[in-house]
Amino acid sequence: MSVQQMKWSTMESYLFPFDSLICMLLGISFTVWFTLLLVFIIVPAILGVSFGIRRLYMKSLIKLFEWATLRMERGAKEKNQHLYKPYSNGIIAKEPMSLEQEIQEMRREGAEPEFDMSDIFYFCRRGVESIVDDEVTKRFTAEELESWNLLTRSNYNFHHISTRLTALWGAGVLIRYGFLLPLRVTLAFTGVGLLVVLSSIIGLFPSGRIKNYVSDKVHLIENKPRNGGICVANHTSPIDVIILASDGCYAMVGQVHGGLMGVIQRAMVKACPHIWFERSEVKDRHLVAKRLSDHVADESKLPILIFPEGTCINNTSVMMFKKGSFEIGCTVYPVAIKYDPRFGDAFWNSSKFGMVNYLLHMMSSWAIVCSVWYLPPMSRREDEDAVQFANRVKAAIARKGGLADLLWDGGLKRDKVKEVFKEEQQKLYSKVLVGSSEDRSRS
Amino acid sequence: MGSRASSLLREEDIEEIKKETGFSHSQITRLYSRFHSLDKGENGALSREDFQRIPELAINPLGDRIINAFFPEGEDQVNFRGFMRTLAHFRPVEDNEKNKDGATGEPLNSRTNKLLFAFRLYDLDRDDKISRDELLQVLRMMVGVNISDEQLGSIADRTIQEADTNGDMCISFNEFTKVLEKVDVEQKMSIRFLH
Repeated sequence: MSVQQMKWSTMESYLFPFDSLICMLLGISFTVWFTLLLVFIIVPAILGVSFGIRRLYMKSLIKLFEWATLRMERGAKEKNQHLYKPYSNGIIAKEPMSLEQEIQEMRREGAEPEFDMSDIFYFCRRGVESIVDDEVTKRFTAEELESWNLLTRSNYNFHHISTRLTALWGAGVLIRYGFLLPLRVTLAFTGVGLLVVLSSIIGLFPSGRIKNYVSDKVHLIENKPRNGGICVANHTSPIDVIILASDGCYAMVGQVHGGLMGVIQRAMVKACPHIWFERSEVKDRHLVAKRLSDHVADESKLPILIFPEGTCINNTSVMMFKKGSFEIGCTVYPVAIKYDPRFGDAFWNSSKFGMVNYLLHMMSSWAIVCSVWYLPPMSRREDEDAVQFANRVKAAIARKGGLADLLWDGGLKRDKVKEVFKEEQQKLYSKVLVGSSEDRSRS
Repeated sequence: MGSRASSLLREEDIEEIKKETGFSHSQITRLYSRFHSLDKGENGALSREDFQRIPELAINPLGDRIINAFFPEGEDQVNFRGFMRTLAHFRPVEDNEKNKDGATGEPLNSRTNKLLFAFRLYDLDRDDKISRDELLQVLRMMVGVNISDEQLGSIADRTIQEADTNGDMCISFNEFTKVLEKVDVEQKMSIRFLH
């Protein structure tokens, strides 16, 4: 036994120096890593200094993507095959004529302006047009890109990739998962940790809480939301909140979550007064409205941040704004947020991906690039009601962000459309029929 | 998330659909991507619920009838071929059409076939006649609750009277065609597909 013990000890003494060497190396690399992180990212972020690395990064990425797409096109042409082209400008060209106009046009000349068997053509055509391309369902999936950005998730032409392109893609994967992802995960943990700790200590929002390599171009800063107002913005992902918060302090409105989100929410409440609702309370609109107006009336409290769409939309359009926040009667500061989809799609398709999956996608994209426009404040005019006011704000946001302005409800992501709209169509058509027979009886 | 589905469609299938319907290659791949995005169950076929999920179609008064037109007799699922075959009726008519459809020997988007599509929206029981009841049903769908039964009845009677030439109080396909002689069916029942 003593011989064996001696053998063990000699082996150990051989391994030991290597062991400690590895430990040392690990220790050194961690320290270096953290120092770099601190020096290059966190501290400049807190102080608001930029190194210009981001711009260079973005420019080179764009050039790379264009080259990649060209290669794919060339590859496809060589094999004499077709490349899938995304339908960013639509599959069909629709005619935006109203029901009355179309039916009047269809009436045979000289015939009685009454029911005609050809009236059915209008409904038929509109129905099939909506089957081929409708305005609503495509807003709930990620936007299709013109040029490939070297991410598998946005590639539609697998079989056209040449070897050089595959190599490039492989390098991209290495960079994204080997360097960017760990970098961002570390940042995230550090950031969230800092948030929880610091906000419990100081009453200030640490503005360095950046989860991604966010490069935001902020426009029109003179219109930043002020105390006693409500800030409304279009909603694409949870990152919207972070982006706006990194540029100003807001009181958030939202439902109380459990888990990690709950911890963050509770920590945030210690620093600034936010309004978190229980789900059961949300249904009681009066209670919600009262809490909001109380908060707004208090001039010392921060502006409220609300996303009136109620759900995440894919950033190609703005959907119906729920009128609740527009009934309160204070100044509204609209904000338009537009992401550049080429570097990484920020849209959270909550019916397809969970939070963790989404975060993984986010952190392994090239970058999240977004433009934020602060629009001049608006208040409700004497002659308009909450719905009209909401639509006016929505139109302004859509115009500035270059998004389509839709009247459809974002809730259609999950729910069926209300019967009321069908009845409206029927009423319109009846007017055409009956209205014309009234003319007939008059003449 | 784009359409990886475009890689699931084989070249031979695309060629066959091209011959049958006359759509171009890029139109077929784009429509396949659309088909795939409507197919929530991801089983390669669409059910009636998949169609009804489209809000603009759900509020169309004739929505259910149109959805019906996609499904062959007695079936609950429509595959991509069937989908394209029905959509082909709405291709604009061009002068140099060469593709043929088995049944009538004409291209799917000919004037006759467009009229047949519309006729079948009225003729629910597929007996090649539009009876007064069937006409009333379609009228009721289009106007909802806004017109009284009597008024609707008289509209239906008037329409049948005008169209019916052989006195059987029903509208046959030929009578239907004759009534719509002067209507520009080709334009009204066409959708401009982009290339």
